[in-house]
Amino acid sequence: MSSAVVHDFQYESPSHQAQTAVAGMWLFLATEVLFFGGLILSWIYSRHWNQIGFDAGARETKLWIGTLNTGILITSSFTYAAGLTWIRAGNTRRLVQCLTVTLLLGVAFLALKFGLEWRDDFAKHLFPAASMFKITGAEEGGARLFFIFYFISTGLHGVHMVVGVALLLWIMQRARRGEFSALYHTPVHAVGLYWSFVDIVWLTLYPLIYLVGRG
Amino acid sequence: MNSPAMASTVVEAGQIEGSYLTDGFTVRSWLLTTDHKRIALLYLATITMFFFIGGIAAALVRLNLIVPEGLLGSAEAYNRLFTMHGVVMVWFFLVPAVPVTLGNFLIPLMLGARDLAFPRLNLFSWYLFILGGAVTLWALFAGGVDTGWTFYTPLSTAYSKGHVVLAAVGIFIAGFSSIATGLNFIVSIHRLRAPGLTWYRMPVFLWSLYSLSVLLVLATPVLAITLLLVVLERLFHIGVFDPAIGGDPLLFQHLFWFYSHPAVYMMILPGFGVVSEIIPAFARKPIFGYKFIVWASVSIAVISFFVWGHHMFVAGTSLYSAVLFSILSYLVGVPSAIKVFNWLGTMHKGYIRFDAPMLYALGFIGLFTIGGVTGLWVAALAADVHLTQTYFVVAHFHYIMVGGMVSAFFGGLHFWWPKITGRMYPEMWARVAALIMFIGFNLTFFPQFILGYLGMPRRYFSYAPEFQVLNVLSSAGATILAAAYLLPLAYLGWSVFYGARAPANPWGATGLEWQTASPPPTVNFIQTPLVTQGPYAYSPPASEGEPHV
Repeated sequence: MSSAVVHDFQYESPSHQAQTAVAGMWLFLATEVLFFGGLILSWIYSRHWNQIGFDAGARETKLWIGTLNTGILITSSFTYAAGLTWIRAGNTRRLVQCLTVTLLLGVAFLALKFGLEWRDDFAKHLFPAASMFKITGAEEGGARLFFIFYFISTGLHGVHMVVGVALLLWIMQRARRGEFSALYHTPVHAVGLYWSFVDIVWLTLYPLIYLVGRG
Repeated sequence: MNSPAMASTVVEAGQIEGSYLTDGFTVRSWLLTTDHKRIALLYLATITMFFFIGGIAAALVRLNLIVPEGLLGSAEAYNRLFTMHGVVMVWFFLVPAVPVTLGNFLIPLMLGARDLAFPRLNLFSWYLFILGGAVTLWALFAGGVDTGWTFYTPLSTAYSKGHVVLAAVGIFIAGFSSIATGLNFIVSIHRLRAPGLTWYRMPVFLWSLYSLSVLLVLATPVLAITLLLVVLERLFHIGVFDPAIGGDPLLFQHLFWFYSHPAVYMMILPGFGVVSEIIPAFARKPIFGYKFIVWASVSIAVISFFVWGHHMFVAGTSLYSAVLFSILSYLVGVPSAIKVFNWLGTMHKGYIRFDAPMLYALGFIGLFTIGGVTGLWVAALAADVHLTQTYFVVAHFHYIMVGGMVSAFFGGLHFWWPKITGRMYPEMWARVAALIMFIGFNLTFFPQFILGYLGMPRRYFSYAPEFQVLNVLSSAGATILAAAYLLPLAYLGWSVFYGARAPANPWGATGLEWQTASPPPTVNFIQTPLVTQGPYAYSPPASEGEPHV
C-alpha cells in the first residue's frame, strides 16, 4: 500500500489522480466560501442597520486574543507549507516535525479561543441568548445581534479547526507509516489547502469581530 | 481498492461475461459498492420511495379539497400534509432524482470513463442522503411541520408548533449529499473525458448536468447556513432573523430564495439534458443548434442566481429592486425558448418514432412550454401582485416540475432502462402509461390555473363553494395521475425479470453509453473508447439497420 505508483482504475496515471483529487479539494473549498459567505453577508447586512449596537458589541471583544490568534494561524499555515515543501523533496521526518508545530499552533488557537476567550465572554454576560446581558439600553438589541454572529461564526470556524486538527493527526499518522514520498503526497497537499482555507476564513472574521467599529 | 476488472472475463471479441449486476450478489456487495452504476440503483430505490411518500401526501391534500369546507376537517393536519409533500418532493425527489440516478449511471458511460472521479465520495453521498431523509421523515411522521417547505421566519423560528429543527437538520444533511454529488460530477467531467471527447463533442446531457452541478455546489451551501441560522434561532429563541433585536425576517427570504430559485433550475436542467438525448434519437436527426442548446443551459444556470427577488414582490421589498428582478426574470425566457425551438427544429422533417421515451419527451416540451410561459406572467410585476400566493403559482410550478421534470425523468428512465437492466420494457404498456400520465397531469393542474386566476389562495384547507367544480376536477385528475405513476412501477418491475433481453443499442442511438453491453460490465468499457466526432451523428433510417428489437 506504500507504493507510489498505485492509482485507482478510473485514472490513467498517478499524476492524473493526484491532480484530480486536488481539483476536488479546491471545488469543496468553493462550496465552503459560499457557506461562510451567506453568514458574513448577513453579518454585514445586519451591521448596516444596527451600527451603534454592533460597535458597542465590538468594544467588548478582546483584541489581544484575536490578534494573537491571527498570528498563530498565519504561522501554522506557514509551517504546514514548509512541511509540504519538505515532503516534495522526499523528507518525511521534516514533514512530521513541521506538522507537529502546526498541530501545536492549531491547538493553541483553540485553547485561546474557547478555553479563554469564550469562557470570559460567558462570565461577562456577553452570551446573547441569556436573559442577563451586559449591554443594556438602546445598544442592547444590536449588541446581542453582534454576539449572535460572533458565537455562530467563531463556533463554525472552531468546528472547522477541530476537523483540521483531526486531519493533521491523520496525515501525521500516515506520514509516520512512510506512506508519503516525493512522488506521492496528494493528501498532504489537499489537507494543506483545507488548513489554509480555514486560516483565510479567520482572516475575514478577525476584522469583522475585533476591528470594525472599535473606534 | 480491489480491481473490479477481475469480475469480467473476455469471452470473445467484444463480448463480456457478466455485468455490474452479476458482479457480486450479497447485500454487502451492494451496500459497500463504489460502482457508480450500483450506486445509481441504490439511489433509484430510495428516491422512488420518497416519490411515493410525497405522492401520498399530495393525494391526501387533493382528497381534502374535494369539498369546500375541507374533507379532513383539520387545518393543522392539512398544513402538515402540504409541508410534507413539499419538503419530500423538493429535496428528496425533484432536486436529486435525475442527477443521482440517470446522472450517476450515465456520466461515466458518456465520458467513456470507468467510474466517477471519487467513487467512495459517491457512496458516502448516498449514505448522507439516507441519513438526511431518515431524520426528515422522522420529523414528518413524529407530528410534522406546518411551515410549508419554505420555512419562512418568524413562523418557523418562533410560532410554528411542528418539528422544524428536526426537519431542517435532515435537509441540512441531505444538502451535503447534493454538494458531494455536484462536486463529483464537475470534477469527473473536467478530468475523466475519454481521448478525443472535447467539450463540444459532449452530449447535451453532460452539459446540462454540468450546469446543474455548478448550481448544486454554489447554491446548496447557502441553504445550509440559512437552515443552521433558523435552527439556532429556534433553539435559543433569539437570532439574526428576530426583529425584536434589530434582525430582519426578510433576510431569511433573500437567503432562502438565493438557494431555492436556482433549485428550481436544478430540477429542470437535467430534464433538458434527457430530452435533448431522446429527441435526436427518435427523430433520427442531429440536434438542431447544438451550441445554442449547450450555452442556453449554462446561461440558465448563471441567470438563476440573479432572479431570486421575484419571489418577494409582495414581501415589502423596494419597488426598484422588484422592477429589476422582474426584468432579470424575463431573461430566463430567452435561453428556455431557444431550447424549445431547437427541439422543434430537431424534429422538423425528422423520421419520428413515437416510442414511450419520445412520448414523454413530447409531453415535456408541451408542458414545459406552458409552465414557462405562465412563468413570464408571474414574472410580470403587475400580474404577480394579483397571482402570487394563488393556485396560479401552484399550477405554474407544477407544470415545470411535474409536467416538465417528472416527464423527463420517466422519459429518461424508459430510454436508458434497457442499458440499466439489460431488459426491454413492454412498449405498449409504457405508451399507455405516458398517455395516461399526460391526461391525468393536465386534468389535475390546468383547473388550478383557472382557480388561481379567479383568486383561490394556496395553502388553505377550505375554500369558497364556487370553486368546488374545478377542485373536484383537479382531484379527479390526481387520481388518474396516481394510477399512471403506479403503472411503470408494475411493468418496469416485471420487465426486470421477464422482459426481452436488450441488445447493446436498442434505439440505434449515438453516444458512448450505447457502445458497451447492456447491462454494462463493471469496468464500463473493455477498451477506453476514442471519440472522433461530435454527438448526434444521426442519419435517416434508410442507412441504418432495423433499430428495434
